[in-house]
Amino acid sequence: MMLADALIVSAILFTIGVVGVLTRRNAIILFMCVELMLNAVNLSFVTFAKLHGVSGHVFVILVMTIAAAEAAVGLAIVISVFRHFGAVDLQSLKLLRR
Amino acid sequence: MTDFAEPGALLGALLPEITLLLGTLILLLVGAWGGESSSPTRRSARFALGIVGVTAVAVVFAWLRGDGFTTDDRLTGDGFRWAIDLVLLLGTAGALAIFDTEQLRTRAYQAEIPVLMLLALSGMMIISASRDLMFTYIGLELMSIAVYVLAGANRSSARSAEASIKYFLLGAFASGFLLYGIALLYGAVGDTRLSALGAATPSAMYLVGVALLLVGFAFKVGAVPFHLWTPDVYDGAPSPITAFMAACVKASAFAMLLRVMAEGIGPAIVHWHPVVWWLAAITMVVGNVVALAQPNVKRMLAYSSIAHSGYLLVAVLAYSQEAAAAVVFYLLAYTLATIGAFAVLGIVSEGRETTVTIDDLSGLWHVRPGLAVALSVCLLAFFGFPIAGGAGFFAKWYVIQAALASHTPLTVLVVVLVLASVVSAGYYLTAISAMFNRPRPSQLPMPVQTPLLSGIVMVVAVVALLVLGVFPTPASRLAAAATLRAAPLATPVAGTMTVSAPTVAATEDAGSTP
Repeated sequence: MMLADALIVSAILFTIGVVGVLTRRNAIILFMCVELMLNAVNLSFVTFAKLHGVSGHVFVILVMTIAAAEAAVGLAIVISVFRHFGAVDLQSLKLLRR
Repeated sequence: MTDFAEPGALLGALLPEITLLLGTLILLLVGAWGGESSSPTRRSARFALGIVGVTAVAVVFAWLRGDGFTTDDRLTGDGFRWAIDLVLLLGTAGALAIFDTEQLRTRAYQAEIPVLMLLALSGMMIISASRDLMFTYIGLELMSIAVYVLAGANRSSARSAEASIKYFLLGAFASGFLLYGIALLYGAVGDTRLSALGAATPSAMYLVGVALLLVGFAFKVGAVPFHLWTPDVYDGAPSPITAFMAACVKASAFAMLLRVMAEGIGPAIVHWHPVVWWLAAITMVVGNVVALAQPNVKRMLAYSSIAHSGYLLVAVLAYSQEAAAAVVFYLLAYTLATIGAFAVLGIVSEGRETTVTIDDLSGLWHVRPGLAVALSVCLLAFFGFPIAGGAGFFAKWYVIQAALASHTPLTVLVVVLVLASVVSAGYYLTAISAMFNRPRPSQLPMPVQTPLLSGIVMVVAVVALLVLGVFPTPASRLAAAATLRAAPLATPVAGTMTVSAPTVAATEDAGSTP
């Protein structure tokens, strides 16, 4: 019973992340929504670890490491965009549109 | 099959990757050391070329010795892995040489760029080696995170920064889908190894996992309707990086797609076959039609690369040994043509930040005939023209052959492929005719003398394309041997093919009649 509940929460969190990415335009908020998606997946992994043993926990550690690397690189890219455009709003990025 | 491999066995199986990573660490020092006299970036690019060469030797030795398997079945040393690795190494070497020329012209890049290219390459090699979805995911992220930075390599360019953040946000979004798919497959099966996934009976959770996985893959290979990042990123990124993305990132994404589909999610083929069928058809049509309207050559090549994703998806759908060999040959020809084309564009663009338009190519034949011929051969190879297009013709030929010879002949899809190729003549031939038929406008600057490394890249790409266009047999035999020796690729595919062939026939008809 607990397992199903946790999976449903994880699916809801993932959906919130997806909807956030699709509707918001601020790069930082988009980035937070992507992190929310990854953490929703982590919740799923932990839940499945209850069924399938310890490897689910190991995957969570891997995903957290990768997400941290992604965060470092992502924020650096956001800063470089801010230096060029003076904003982190995706609507102000229109150099590459024809 | 044991659950865990010995640490020593793991090291042995990853020897070429470890060679590459050690070289990359030394490369970081090479960039930091050295006097002020010469450019550290170019020294680092040349050193990186050496590391790529050494890694290629390690790959060839590992292939000949049959190394690379681990007992836990998470890494495989089959020919498919090594053949893809060699294509990736070839593409990276070409991109590094183009980068060297670009740096000579613009002096805009840091010494860390070749390091990042090699790090991305190691991620790609892990992808091609892995038979475990978690390994694949780690390789994919290692590749993607490095390429996000590479897209923004030119720090003084706003266009480059814009490309970088667009690629980063959409790439991370797609990775989220991929990871959720992996999590659900793990939940349904209790294992992330492809062999376990391939032996499972699909449950509802398994199917949802496969669907999410497909969304992630479609983003990564740039299939319509998940292609929207491709033109912007290819246009905004510096040319050598675009060449690297078009050749290597695409090749490794397809290696991943093919392996996971053939060895992992075969049990659900009845469900994903019609979806991928439509994906392939729409990708070919949209990629080619939109490319017609692009005056900017880099954007045109971006849409052309989307169309090529569609052609390759046809081969993936054919789902046989011949199709896997066709994919390897196709990726080889596509990599050669991409590297050659971008080497020429790098020289024509004069290191300017804005990209080349078709008008910039006019009359190129009258001022620099060599460049015009090289670019024409590469474009004709993309088009799949016989003889003059070299290996590009046989690449498409093998794909079509595999598609028609598959268990359920993909006749309608092959017709779409041929018609889409005819449409693609519209933009490839426009560019070629601009080079040969138009006079050279006087206000256009004269292209500079070709630097040595770029010249070598062009000559190698063009000669290899033309030779393979006349004698494709050795390369196609090698590709076939690479995929046939792959026992793991052979067994699960054969197993699922016989089980699910009649049902696939039914869905194929349903997919093609409307």
